[in-house]
This record gives sequence, C-alpha cells and structure tokens, in this order.
Amino acid sequence: MSEHLLVVDDITLRFGGVTAIDGVGFHVDEGELFSIIGPNGAGKTSIFNTLSQVYRPQEGDILWKGESIMGMRPDKVAELGIARTFQNIELFANMTVVDNLLTGRHVRMNSSWLSGALWFGPAKKEEMENRRKVEDIIDFLEIEQYRKLPVALLPYGIQKRVELGRALAMDPVLLLLDEPVAGMNQEETEDMARFILDIRRELGIAMIMVEHDMGLVMDIADRILVLDFGQKIAQGLPDDIQQNPDVIAAYLGGELTG
Amino acid sequence: MYRRPKLYTSYEQETQLLPTWTQKGLAGAFIAVLFLLPFDIPVITDPIPGLGWLPIFGDGIPVVRFLGDGEWIRVTSQVLVLAIAALGLNLLSGVAGQVSLGHAFFMGVGACTAAYLGGHADSQVWGHSLPIWIWLPGAGIAAALVGIIVSPVAVRVRGIYLAIVTLGLVFVGIHLGNMSFGRKIAGPPSLGREFQDLDIRLWKEETPLINMSDDGRWLFFDVTEEQKRYLFFLVLAIGFTVLAKNLVRTRTGRAWQAIRDRDIAAEVMGVPDFKSKLEAFAISSFFAGIAGALVVSLSGHLLSDEFNLFFSVEFIAILLIGGAGTTSGALIGTFFVIMIPRFVEEFTRWLADAEGGVSGAVANAILTGGEGDFGFVSSGIESQGWPLSVADWNVVLFGVLIIVFLIFEPLGLFGIWIKVRNYWKGWPFSY
Repeated sequence: MSEHLLVVDDITLRFGGVTAIDGVGFHVDEGELFSIIGPNGAGKTSIFNTLSQVYRPQEGDILWKGESIMGMRPDKVAELGIARTFQNIELFANMTVVDNLLTGRHVRMNSSWLSGALWFGPAKKEEMENRRKVEDIIDFLEIEQYRKLPVALLPYGIQKRVELGRALAMDPVLLLLDEPVAGMNQEETEDMARFILDIRRELGIAMIMVEHDMGLVMDIADRILVLDFGQKIAQGLPDDIQQNPDVIAAYLGGELTG
Repeated sequence: MYRRPKLYTSYEQETQLLPTWTQKGLAGAFIAVLFLLPFDIPVITDPIPGLGWLPIFGDGIPVVRFLGDGEWIRVTSQVLVLAIAALGLNLLSGVAGQVSLGHAFFMGVGACTAAYLGGHADSQVWGHSLPIWIWLPGAGIAAALVGIIVSPVAVRVRGIYLAIVTLGLVFVGIHLGNMSFGRKIAGPPSLGREFQDLDIRLWKEETPLINMSDDGRWLFFDVTEEQKRYLFFLVLAIGFTVLAKNLVRTRTGRAWQAIRDRDIAAEVMGVPDFKSKLEAFAISSFFAGIAGALVVSLSGHLLSDEFNLFFSVEFIAILLIGGAGTTSGALIGTFFVIMIPRFVEEFTRWLADAEGGVSGAVANAILTGGEGDFGFVSSGIESQGWPLSVADWNVVLFGVLIIVFLIFEPLGLFGIWIKVRNYWKGWPFSY
C-alpha cells in the first residue's frame, strides 16, 4: 500500500441513538484537492470534527502519514499540520487581523510566558520573524488594508478570508475548508476559488473541502466523496459523480427503492 | 502644507508599547508626576490669583491641597498596590475570559505566606523573619501554586459556574484562616497579627540595606516613611504594568484572548486549552499574591477576614468600571474605585466648612446638620436612616456606577477615553 497523507479507515461516530457517520472511509494524498459533498445533515462537518479530534469516533481509525491520531488532543493534531476553517466563522472577534493570524502561528512559535513577559530577547525576535510570515499571508490574501482592524468589524467575505489566512499561518500540510464560499456572492466566490487554487499551486498544500456550491466543487476538486445520512454513497472523479444515479437521487430525490 | 505622516518602517517600531512620540512624552510626564506626587511640590494651597471669585478656588483646590499629606500618600499607595492585583485579575478575567471571584483568596494566600516567611515568631504565631527578597516573591509563588491547583476546575466549568466555584474559594480561605494552623499563620481571628516592615536586608542583619520603616535621606532628598513606601510601590506597579502589557502582546497573551473569544476553535488552531488556563491562573495569582502581601504591609497588620467576598467584588467592579481586557482600564479603574469615595468624603468635609458664597449655598442645599433640613447628605460621620452619611452614599454611588457602566459603557472608562480620542482625531468630521 502506497503511503497516503491521510487515511480515514471506516469511522463510525454516534451521538446516543444517532449515527452521524456510518463506516465512512477515504484517503487523501499530498497536494490533492479532495472534496466532500452531500445534503444537509449528511455528516460532512462531523468528519472534519473527527479529523481535528473534537469528536472521537467510536469505531475505525484515522491515520496521519501512517500513524493513528485517534485520542490525540485537538491542539496536538493542529501541531501535526492539520489546519481548518469553520462553516460559521470562528475567528477571535476582539482581536485584530494581525493578532488572529499570529494566533495561527501559535503552534509554530515556542517562546514561553516568561520570555514573553520580559519581551526583550528571544520573544521579541520570534515576534518579528512571525510577523513577517503573517505579512506574507496578508499579502497573499490581499487583506492589507484590514490588518489593524478587529475582525468583528469586517464584512463577512473578508472574515472568511481572514479565517483562511489564520489556517494558512499554521504552515499546514492539510487544510480542511468547511464551506469556504457559503453565503458569498459571485465575485467573492471567484476570489476564494482563485485563492484555493493558488494555495494548491504555490504552497502545495493538500485540501479537503466541504462545499455546497456544486459549480465550484466540480470545477476545482480532484476527487469527490458524496455522503448522505452519514453513509458514503459515491466516490470518484467529478465527471463520474455528476452521472452517478445515487448522487442524483440524494440531491434531487429519487424513487423509493425498497 | 502638511508634511507626510510619519509611517512605521519596521515591525519593531509598530509593536512598541508606546509607538508615537506623543504617547512617549505623555507617559513620561505622567510617570514624572506620579514620582513627584508624594512630595509637596505640586500642591496648590494658596488662593489662585484672579480666580478667587470662583468659590471652588477660593481657598485652594480641595482636590489638590491634600496631596502632600501623609494620609493621602497612604491612599495613593493603596491605589498602586491594588492596581497590581487588578492587573492580575485583568489577565485572568479580562484577557483570558475566566471570571474569578476568588481574587481576594489568592491575595490572602500571598499575605499569609509573606507573614509566615517574613514575620517574627512569638508565642501565638509562626514566623521566620526572612528578608523581603524571599518573602515578597514567596508570596507570589505560593499564590501561583494555589492558582495552579485551582485551574483544572476552569477546564471543566466556564462563565458563571466558574465564578461560583471561585467564589467558594473565598469562604474556604476564611475558614482555613480560622483553623488551628491558620491561626498560627494569620494570628487569632479578628485580632490578626503584626506584619513586618518593608526594610530591604541581605539576610537577618540588624541594620537594613535600605531602610523603609523610618524617615530618612535618599540620595539628596529627605523622605518620610510614607513617601518611601509610595515610591517602592510605584516602582513595583510600573514593573508589573510592563510585565502585564508584554504578556498580552506576545504568544501567551494571544492564546488567552483566543481561549476567551472561541475556546474550541482556539484548541483546533493549536492553542492548548488546559495549559493556557493554567498559565492564566498561575500568573494572575502571582500578581494577586504580591499585591496581597503589599496591601498588608501598608496597614502593618494582617487580618485574614479582610480577604473576603466584598474585596473580590471590588476587583470585579474595578475591571468593569475601568474596562475589562485592557491594561490601562485596570489602572484607571483602580484609581477611580479607590479614590472617588475619598474625593467625595473630602469634598463633603470641605463643603461643611464652607460659609457664604456659592459653595455655602451648595452646602446648604445638600448637607444637613441632622434636624429640619432638606439636604440629602448628613454631615455626621455615622447616621441612622435618612439622610444617609457620606460613607453610605459612597456605597450607593459604587453600586450605581457598576450598573451604569454595564449598561451604557461596557468598555468602561477606557472605552470613554477611546471615544473621546477618536472624536478629536476625526474633528471636525464625525468619522
């Protein structure tokens, strides 16, 4: 078996009597843009939450570069290089854009509270180095004019972009994008699509994208996984997925079978 | 023609605590005033020429004329010491978002540790007579250790529940102070014990390295005991302010703010929940412990009952009135909460002495000697029922202020300052 970046091995996640994810398995390779789609409540975000170990699946295993991450603390998973954005923006609302991105750098910095309190010396040096990296990301995402504003004051589309920036600040190997263009207009969607493609081309970061905008998914995804009621109903290339009768049934409603 | 605005050309410049020269100048002037405050220099005791017709300037400004007075140095010293504690609580509750009503408890731990390490033993209490460079940091470290023990609770409960849990600490603390070993440390209940002076010694030698408990000469100046203590506290307060500021602007402080704003998202972004809260509790308690030891040294008498719930609530009020989450807010809040009642008292006393003119009329309108008057402030020290005494009015004022600030200005005095500043920055445009 060739080494995949991430292997999700038939995980099952239950909340009491509800089975949110039912034996779903897939894998993601380096530099790949993998997409998960499905109707509401299909378990897409739950998969993200199990990947970052906010939820602990009862069955199955998640392998990162061949090693299990099951039972790890979320911050340790982040340290491995799995970054994510959220469906409903989860930025640190009272902090400025720069501070939000610097918080993303948290796992890549290591000055302690003591050197931080003293400021001069290692802490200051580290602040400056990381500020430079954060400025690169600000430049990349074209949010220069917002850098010193608290994110709560920013428009929705920009907040989404800042959240992407915060994830990028972690120097991720795998980026989990939860509905990156939800609620955006055509222009903002196109901008975001451009950023996603740039991230893949220039930074070579693998991505898993959950998205409802089918046009976007079919255009940019390499492979697609389709979920419905927590179960995998199809997986494959965009063209195949579009023709798949089960997928069409899940989205448009099919005839009752059995 | 306007010159080009001054731009930041490096990240070092931009991340300075006081990035502009205006700010540097103002802060420098402010600190200079603070250093001069205990001395007689800025006191205006004579009527201001040309303003004598204004009743309030008739016989000197009441707010300024007491500044050289020993009693008022004690109050300003108190502000400085409590500011250190407020800075600590601000880190925990304002920056890291962990509301704590147990701040008085941590201060009490610091005070008792300091008394145990630095106090002198007798038949009733333990003490090791150690020098200040051991007992003062020791007070902070002991409080920090207790904070670390308490911090796992914060991972389990949050918000109002954490406030209630920490509230319990205050009662545990008072109970511990009444137990047999507690009495050995804090002295008999409601009697307390003598607290050591602030003399700086290398070890237990007779003549201290720096004498803090008598009047004397420092460099070329004659300083009284109160002035010495004030200066000592001022240096410490400035030091702790810088530490707090630095913490907030670096990695640890950002982790705290992230935990405050979105704790689960923060964890997913790689900020360890438990470790951050533990650090917040430990550092905040360290500040509290130091302040606890200093506040007792100010009165020279340790009484474990002093570290009660009302004391904790006072710090919450300081944060709310000053502006939670901002270092300047904690400082302004402390000044306001401690000084305003004294100002009100002093002003009333001054009014009571006033005769004739506008101030006399004002005095007639609001003060009452006790019988048949319509004034709503009793000039007596104690008063039964209406009209309330000045002290009672102060408590009312305090409560009303908390309500007003919570409803109208959640950012506190700091928020008001920001609004005023932005108004003048944009003037004559509205934004």
